[in-house]
Amino acid sequence: MDKVLLDYGSGGRASHRFVADLFFKYLGNDILARMDDAAVLSLTGPVAMSTDSFVVDPIFFPGGDIGSLAVHGTVNDVAMMGARPLYLTCGFILEEGLPMDDLAKIVASMGQAARDAGVRIVAGDTKVVPRGAADKIFINTTGVGEIMVDPAPSGHRAAVGDVVIVSGSMGDHGLAILSTREGLSFEAPVVSDSASLAGIVGKLLAAVPGVHVLRDPTRGGLATTLNEIAGQSDVGIELTQADIPIHPAVAGGCAVLGLDPLYLANEGKFLCIVPEAKAQAALATITADPLGAGAKVIGRVVSDHPGKVALVTPLGGKRLLGMLEGEQLPRIC
Amino acid sequence: MNSFEAFKDPALCRALLERLQKEADTPYRFMEVCGTHTVSIFQSGLRSLLPQTITHVTGPGCPVCVTHESEVACFLDLATRDDIVLATFGDLMRVPGPKGKNLKTAQADGARVEVVYSPVDALAVAAANPGRTTIFLGVGFETTAPAVAATIRLAREQNLKNFRVLSFHKLVPPALAALVADPDINIDAFILPGHVSAIIGAAPYGFLAEKHGLPAVVTGFEPLDILSALLEITAMRASGRPAVVNAYTRVVAHDGNPVARAVMDEVFIPVDALWRGLGVLPGSGLDIREEFADFDALRLPGVSLPDVPPLAGCRCGEVLKGKRAPNECPLFDKACTPATPVGPCMVSTEGGCAAYHKYRLEL
Ligand code: SF4
Repeated sequence: MDKVLLDYGSGGRASHRFVADLFFKYLGNDILARMDDAAVLSLTGPVAMSTDSFVVDPIFFPGGDIGSLAVHGTVNDVAMMGARPLYLTCGFILEEGLPMDDLAKIVASMGQAARDAGVRIVAGDTKVVPRGAADKIFINTTGVGEIMVDPAPSGHRAAVGDVVIVSGSMGDHGLAILSTREGLSFEAPVVSDSASLAGIVGKLLAAVPGVHVLRDPTRGGLATTLNEIAGQSDVGIELTQADIPIHPAVAGGCAVLGLDPLYLANEGKFLCIVPEAKAQAALATITADPLGAGAKVIGRVVSDHPGKVALVTPLGGKRLLGMLEGEQLPRIC
Repeated sequence: MNSFEAFKDPALCRALLERLQKEADTPYRFMEVCGTHTVSIFQSGLRSLLPQTITHVTGPGCPVCVTHESEVACFLDLATRDDIVLATFGDLMRVPGPKGKNLKTAQADGARVEVVYSPVDALAVAAANPGRTTIFLGVGFETTAPAVAATIRLAREQNLKNFRVLSFHKLVPPALAALVADPDINIDAFILPGHVSAIIGAAPYGFLAEKHGLPAVVTGFEPLDILSALLEITAMRASGRPAVVNAYTRVVAHDGNPVARAVMDEVFIPVDALWRGLGVLPGSGLDIREEFADFDALRLPGVSLPDVPPLAGCRCGEVLKGKRAPNECPLFDKACTPATPVGPCMVSTEGGCAAYHKYRLEL
């Protein structure tokens, strides 16, 4: 059994063996083990739910793989609603011929990521499609969690006078993926920041009541995320470029490729917007966690230019930091 | 601080800005002739800090923006052919052609398009696609032309039979000559491109000062480079002695790079070329020489430059000549946005309209 075969998705004996040998082994828990048509969950109070599909290429990259990413991505989305992620479902679309070793590594990595994040994978599905109909492996995860605070943080709650904090350096994941995909190497290695933020966000919400906005700046990066928030809350946001943490290897790689790290994806960072009076307490809580060691205050919410994000450059000039249009492409010269 | 960070040093920049503030008492309009300068002036926030006396005008410095609509139609036609793989720099992917098609939509329709980071990578694309002809889209100025020439030479050494280049290269000095010959042009000074000049040196721009009395400075891309160049221009205007100054000596030798020029001359020959918005400019393009005809995509059967009427309403020509600011185009941010670009100036990363859209806070 060294490659995924079409048979494994047949629903027959071969698929049963496949599921039992692989998925139960790495993801098993008492709810999943019941093997009923649906998982029975106990949840109280308001619930946050999110779903995401992961089609990343390459499927293994410095700092993670598609499996752990599929857990972190959805767990983080649920956590950003001020919720404690509890349960995940996962759907796999596998390309016929995918090496079983690769699949086992990915599923094992999902299991580990789920345990680390404190969530259980309670339902799943596997389909195998003919070679060429999918690119190796696609994973969809859906997560639910109980919302811990009232009112919950939301992109609509940024208020003039609030402070914007990021939990660490921007663009690591995006550049790690791009450089692996294109076979580029830089002086210093660039590693994805893929991580579960459930723990650190839980601590923040417990220590600092009244967080207005929580977001993980994934695709589109910090710039796009802040533009969304500026639009949702109808406020302006002003950032100080020199205060935005960027790993020197990422800054260097972006300079070579003509990319802007503020538009590159992050998978283990979040930003929070809090009233100014709470900024120091929030920063202290975030930096106390290893995942937030590089946290910084990077800007504030202003009444000028509602719906837009401005960047104050190191020279002291001010310019628009707009939304990303399409994907970033390396430049010509 | 490494040497490159030194050229961004905010404290030094502020000192230069203060000097400029004091010294630039006669107003002037300067144009930069390189998209990388355009982006740097906006991205660094420098534009918002310039003294009121100094007006910044964006010029024809983006190779994608000056690619003629017929040239765009030509490579989009090629994209529809089954026997062809296009290899291109990423910049060209979203450039709109007739009927709003671009390489991205062509790709979605099944065209084989590979984004490469260097022209040499296109040889690997050709090797991996033996049943098809791989065509590298040679769009760029003197900056990229030598690397493309070297790639063609390498393809010949490797005896690659299925690799060709569509050479739409453009040359900067002839474009500048055409620009300043225009009686309506309202530019008092130029900032000259660092990368292009690294290849050709500063000498080919001599006519700007000698014939037209315009000060011009070859400079780098950091804010300090640009500020120093503006101070230099201010001083030249005060003294009434215009010249072409090379202020980028850490990269640009007076005679440029003879090795790069030699390979460019070996493979290419200057020809009249079509520029978007500027029309045919004598001696401003590069064709592949007869000796390398086997690598010339323009000589493939069925390849031609179709007649394409200029895009209705698009003021790219006036924007490229600095006669109109991008936001003075009636389509700007209305019919023409990065998502629905009418002209390439709105989608190219180095385009003037894209820069206005992306960085100007006051819009
Ligand atoms: S705004 Fe659009 S239509 Fe107008 S000049 Fe620029 S690219 Fe052309």
